[in-house]
Amino acid sequence: MNGPHLLSVADLGRDGIAEVLRVAEAFAEVERRSIPKVPTLRGKVVATLFFEESTRTRLSFETAAKRLSADVLSLAVASSSVKKGESLRDTVETVEAMGIDAVIIRHSSAGAPHQVARWVERAHVVNAGDGWHEHPTQALLDCFTVRQVLAERKGASPEELGIGCFDGLRVLIVGDIRHSRVARSEMLAYTALGARVTLAAPGSLLPPSLEGWPVEVANDFDEALADADVVSLLRLQAERGSGSFVPSLREYTAGWGLTARRMARLRDDAIVTHPGPMVRGVEIASDVADLPRTVVTQQVANGVAVRMAILFLLLGGEAPGVSEVPAVA
Amino acid sequence: MPELTKSKVTLVIRGGSVVGPEGLARADVAVGDGVVLEVAEAIDTPKGATVLDAGGCLVGPGLVDLHTHLRQPGREEAETVETGARAAALGGYTAIVAMPNTEPPIDSAGVVREILDLAAGAAAEVAVAGAITLGRAGTALAPLGELAALGVTLFTDDGSGVQDGALMRRALDYAKGLGVTLAQHCEDACLAAGGAMHEGAWSSRLGIPGVPAAAEEAMVARDIALVRLTGSRLHFLHLSTAGSVELVRRAKAEGLPVTAEAAPHHMLLTHAAVAGYDPVFKVNPPLRTDEDVAAVVAGLCDGTIDAVATDHAPHAPEAKDVTFDQAPPGMLGLQTALPIAWDVLGPRLGPGRVFALMSAQPAAIARLTSTDPRVGGHSAHGGPVEAGAAANLCVFDPAGTTVVDPRRLASRSRNTPYAGQAFAGAVRHTVLRGEPVVIDAVAQR
Repeated sequence: MNGPHLLSVADLGRDGIAEVLRVAEAFAEVERRSIPKVPTLRGKVVATLFFEESTRTRLSFETAAKRLSADVLSLAVASSSVKKGESLRDTVETVEAMGIDAVIIRHSSAGAPHQVARWVERAHVVNAGDGWHEHPTQALLDCFTVRQVLAERKGASPEELGIGCFDGLRVLIVGDIRHSRVARSEMLAYTALGARVTLAAPGSLLPPSLEGWPVEVANDFDEALADADVVSLLRLQAERGSGSFVPSLREYTAGWGLTARRMARLRDDAIVTHPGPMVRGVEIASDVADLPRTVVTQQVANGVAVRMAILFLLLGGEAPGVSEVPAVA
Repeated sequence: MPELTKSKVTLVIRGGSVVGPEGLARADVAVGDGVVLEVAEAIDTPKGATVLDAGGCLVGPGLVDLHTHLRQPGREEAETVETGARAAALGGYTAIVAMPNTEPPIDSAGVVREILDLAAGAAAEVAVAGAITLGRAGTALAPLGELAALGVTLFTDDGSGVQDGALMRRALDYAKGLGVTLAQHCEDACLAAGGAMHEGAWSSRLGIPGVPAAAEEAMVARDIALVRLTGSRLHFLHLSTAGSVELVRRAKAEGLPVTAEAAPHHMLLTHAAVAGYDPVFKVNPPLRTDEDVAAVVAGLCDGTIDAVATDHAPHAPEAKDVTFDQAPPGMLGLQTALPIAWDVLGPRLGPGRVFALMSAQPAAIARLTSTDPRVGGHSAHGGPVEAGAAANLCVFDPAGTTVVDPRRLASRSRNTPYAGQAFAGAVRHTVLRGEPVVIDAVAQR
């Protein structure tokens, strides 16, 4: 990886993403063992600082760190000094003073991880989601999952596919793109890998400007669906007020939800991803969510391997124990 | 020169080029009793008089800032009248207009008097702008007449615009009879809600909620319509978009009594500066696009925009040491304004027009061009530098360099967006009512 932190998918570039996917495959193999744990990061301390609600991302990072034998500290913001008025900077400096090697941060403010990265002296900073900005590990695990499915279908290993399998892949990102950090990271990741990304959303939920993004906007959602290899569904972020960007959830679902009727337009081999949490009946019909081509639980499972890869690449370096990681191609 | 006058000379500024409407003229400037006594090619220095070396320098009228946040009362950890006035003097300013968004806001005679008291003996003269509405809350008129009687000539709710069009219309009607000028911070609060930077390519990429240019332009357009309706004078604060500049250009062509200012950062920086999420680049109105910067500069060059105004907005380090969206907007400006204007506008306009944009024209807008004889009243600002004029002077060395070190600025705060940068040109001396308040870039008060 280039640099000591993972703040944006842009920090990785095409080669960096390829490396993460490659290393993650090795850790996916570890996960299939009866004792899915390696001593790679023994003695390292990883802290999760979640200033915003999260279920899967936090558990996923903590599981990943533990499988690498790192010690995990988890700052519960609700019961911390943050509630007493301590600033983000002081919180981070306090945590680092305890000898933390990596800070995994989620924050409702875009750019918070960038600032934390300026404030720390030696800790590595991993962005676990910042405002509307980015959620790099989510995009990486989405790419990882898509490649895994493509490999299974070809009867090949993901390593054999390399990242060539993304060349020209048609990815359709649907929903509340304006407020979605997953969408921004996915746009960067998929386009860096050579995929063709199309966005589909009501105008009020598109970013105000797409200048500089190598993406297209679908004029007709149904047509775009019929053309897609991968459909990435996003959640309507009602808790952030996105509900007022459309007249009603009913109208949103009618226009932009992946209903059973729309599902019929998809090609047979199209893959449906969702970063979770899904809101069944809004952006995805319950029946659709439970179809095999909807790979949501596979995404969650892969999240651990991908985050192990990120922690290993940032913290592992030449540290003792690297040689114990099996079969890193 | 009569002997009688000569005996009063206490200060001679030697060897500079005096900036005048006809261009530069090599001349010494003799000062005594707070006024310029003589401008001539070689003036003898009487015994006991101070000599300021101005070799290679421009000697112009002291600068006038229409837009300074002094933060006192209420936010003394960020700035005080004393430290803000010192920063002003070091920047070549002899008069600054204190914005009313203090805590409490400047909407009563008591707060006006407090600030004028604090300003007595400061390194620059301080004029006070009053709020248009009580508490800057946008719901009822502030006592404009009572404050006007204390010498307040400029009124604004700066920090926010007056959202209610009917109330703004009433304020314009009411102000007409008082001989004062209203000034608007143009920002439609609904369109701007939640925004922390210019809405566009960078905000979309960075995931930071944006403020569209339309939030500013909608209120500029509304207020131009209100000026047309009322015939009252209006000054537009810190124009930042190409659309706003064009609206004001057309209003002026129509003959409407509007004036406008622009801030140095809107002549120089763009929204790309926000890429690293450093809150020092958060300002309101936000840094905008290259096209907007070019339009602001064009507006300054063609006379659409009448004044360069700093929007000097100090914030204590802890206030800015937070995430971008949570930081308060604002950046320091007093000590960097002239070098930036010189850099951006100097080559296009020459020294005379740069000084006009920073001294004579803002002085006219704030009605500081003649002496206010009342107790605590100000002297005359804006030049020209000639015998009989108040000795408020700025000596600027175009060959000097202004290196921006946040820790060495006079302000109590450090939120300059130019840390570590060097600009061509440096303020060398500042003279306030005949007294040197800055000598060789060192504050004397």
